[in-house]
Amino acid sequence: MYRIIAKEKLAADIFLMGVKAPEVARKARAGQFIIIRVDEQGERIPLTLADWDAEKGSVTFVFMAVGTTTRKLALLEAGDSLANLAGPLGRPTEVEKFGTVVCVAGGYAVATIAPIARAMREMGNKVISIMGFRTRELVFWEERLRRVSHELIVTTDDGSYKRKGLVTEPLKELLLKGGVDRVIAIGPTLMMKSCSLTTKPFGVKTIVSLNPIMVDGTGMCGCCRVSVGGETKFACVDGPEFDGHEVDWDLLVNRQRAYLEEEKESLKFWETSVS
Amino acid sequence: MAEKIKINLNRVPMPKQGAVARRSNFNEVALGYSEQQAIEEASRCIQCKNPKCIKGCPVGIDIPEFIEALRQGNMPEAVRLIKKTNSLPGICGRVCPQETQCEASCVLNKKGAPVAIGRLERYVADWERAHPEVTEKRKRRRASKGRKVAVVGSGPAGLTCAADLAKQGYKVTIFEALHVAGGVLMYGIPEFRLPKDIVQAEVKYVESLGVEIKLDRVIGKLATVDELLASGYDAVFLAPGAGAPMFLGLPGENLSDIYSANEFLTRTNLMSAYSFPLYDTPIRVGRRVAVVGGGNVAMDASRCAVRLGAQEVNLIYRRSEAEMPARAEERENAKEEGVVFRLLTNPSRFIGDESGRVRNVECYGMELGEPDESGRRRPIQKPETEFVMPVDTVIVALGTVPNPIIPQATRGLELTKEGTICTDEATGRTSKDEVWCGGDMATGAATVISAMGAGKRAAADIKAYFER
Repeated sequence: MYRIIAKEKLAADIFLMGVKAPEVARKARAGQFIIIRVDEQGERIPLTLADWDAEKGSVTFVFMAVGTTTRKLALLEAGDSLANLAGPLGRPTEVEKFGTVVCVAGGYAVATIAPIARAMREMGNKVISIMGFRTRELVFWEERLRRVSHELIVTTDDGSYKRKGLVTEPLKELLLKGGVDRVIAIGPTLMMKSCSLTTKPFGVKTIVSLNPIMVDGTGMCGCCRVSVGGETKFACVDGPEFDGHEVDWDLLVNRQRAYLEEEKESLKFWETSVS
Repeated sequence: MAEKIKINLNRVPMPKQGAVARRSNFNEVALGYSEQQAIEEASRCIQCKNPKCIKGCPVGIDIPEFIEALRQGNMPEAVRLIKKTNSLPGICGRVCPQETQCEASCVLNKKGAPVAIGRLERYVADWERAHPEVTEKRKRRRASKGRKVAVVGSGPAGLTCAADLAKQGYKVTIFEALHVAGGVLMYGIPEFRLPKDIVQAEVKYVESLGVEIKLDRVIGKLATVDELLASGYDAVFLAPGAGAPMFLGLPGENLSDIYSANEFLTRTNLMSAYSFPLYDTPIRVGRRVAVVGGGNVAMDASRCAVRLGAQEVNLIYRRSEAEMPARAEERENAKEEGVVFRLLTNPSRFIGDESGRVRNVECYGMELGEPDESGRRRPIQKPETEFVMPVDTVIVALGTVPNPIIPQATRGLELTKEGTICTDEATGRTSKDEVWCGGDMATGAATVISAMGAGKRAAADIKAYFER
């Protein structure tokens, strides 16, 4: 069992959880993920690491409570435990001195981008971060991302906070200005796709973190296969980060939606059984 | 046993669940001998002075001795004799291909059916589980020799190596990547062939020898092999399994509802998807299922699909049944359960609908040409034989290639061109000092018992290395 040592509601349906996992905390690097199982009936789901603390021996992730597993997770509090936690999995983000790196986060992926921005900055890059949310109530970690960035742009789709519009607009302006050496875009699949389409004409290498459905997360099942540059890759061991210009986005979307009916059925079953 | 007795040339048949009933449950198909049946079958053994069967067993069980104890009704002794060399008899009695091993060497083959050694082994193991009070109360052993061994993977190779070393007094820790111990015995082989409580009982036995099992530990990620050695382990035995599923490389293969057999079986067995939504992991089995492949895993996948409600399961295999690697018993079981063998047939592409789900498999007819490097006749595509098979679910059961995590993360490990770890077969030694390897990671996909044999040989060599 893996004890939960912190839980915090960051925004509507978005939660932060800190879990005791000393060995994982010692090895974790930006861009890697863990697989958790909430309870004995639970499925294995991947969660990208938001933070880790080798001294405290804990890892932190952020999730949105949307399906059975994440809704179950949201009911747990500090002092409770997770049945399982394995990691760190996947290849870490490639962190080198690139020059100017633009880190773009969509929604709760700001939690994923924060350690990457931090690592990029520590490596001596100039880090410009863009974080976009649907609306003001969903904004979190603005200060935290600002601290690890040289410049921060915040957008909301409805204009209720800071700049109105999508993250691709400031991204495009930065590209037009020139001097961007690398873009990291992490968020919902369509947001990552749009960012990749935005950067492509400028020829700026764009790294995205793919989030297909996984089962074991260790390269054993092939559920997370994605097509990158015409080749089938397993996101769990070959990724999760890939060149966004090479990703077959339609395939990814289809495979992410493969269990929509079952996800609804599962949630309905769970809601009935807890009520 | 000196007196001449007439030997029954036929073995006692194994009671089985009827084909109709078992199509809709995951309960074990083979029900096991009763005491009377076991003793009757044991009486067929002629107790050869120079028994060939032992040589046919990759872990060298003293077969005539345990059968004699069983015949005399001395069950605790039969248990002791088997467990002297085999820590996982309930598993081996069920999934070993005895017909090519111990039973193939039985002298009764000359006249009739060999002694059903596997069924007797299973009987003894099941008897022990049902009589925990009779077998000696095992106290947790204390490691007495100050050497520590890390075993990577808790499948058949890892469990066997760990058990053998623990019996010798070494401190053994198993690192398992998944959330339960057992490896392929848990995620791969279905409940109806190998009940999971039997696997867990045998895992507990290995733990009772003093072996510590750490779950959720992905070696190569959480810690490298060098880090294990630096942290105080004196030897590392790598038994992570073969790992990565192979695909056909055909157009449309990434469509939704096309599974690797590994994924299909993992969802079903490890994650209990057959109890969805009580268990959270779903599986999608439509009315028409196609399984591609001809090995034991293809049989397991087909038979799971039947139980998960498929009305039509077509097994697509590019050669004829004579070349199929699956055991005869498994082929029979699959056919009895309604799996249709589409032989000399090969898929050429998968066709999907607008939401990216597979709808059809395009196939070709094949014919057999000259034998290839595997010794089997090479299948050749016949022109103008293509046809389309409508499907809702496809399972690709073509075998596995080595998982890259450990090879990528370990310096100084020589690999074969297939990506397996170069390993000396007799000793399990790798090119790296203090590192041994066994099971599918050393040989490519093979059987449970061959992995156990490798675990045993590596344990013996590690012991010899420590004692040098």
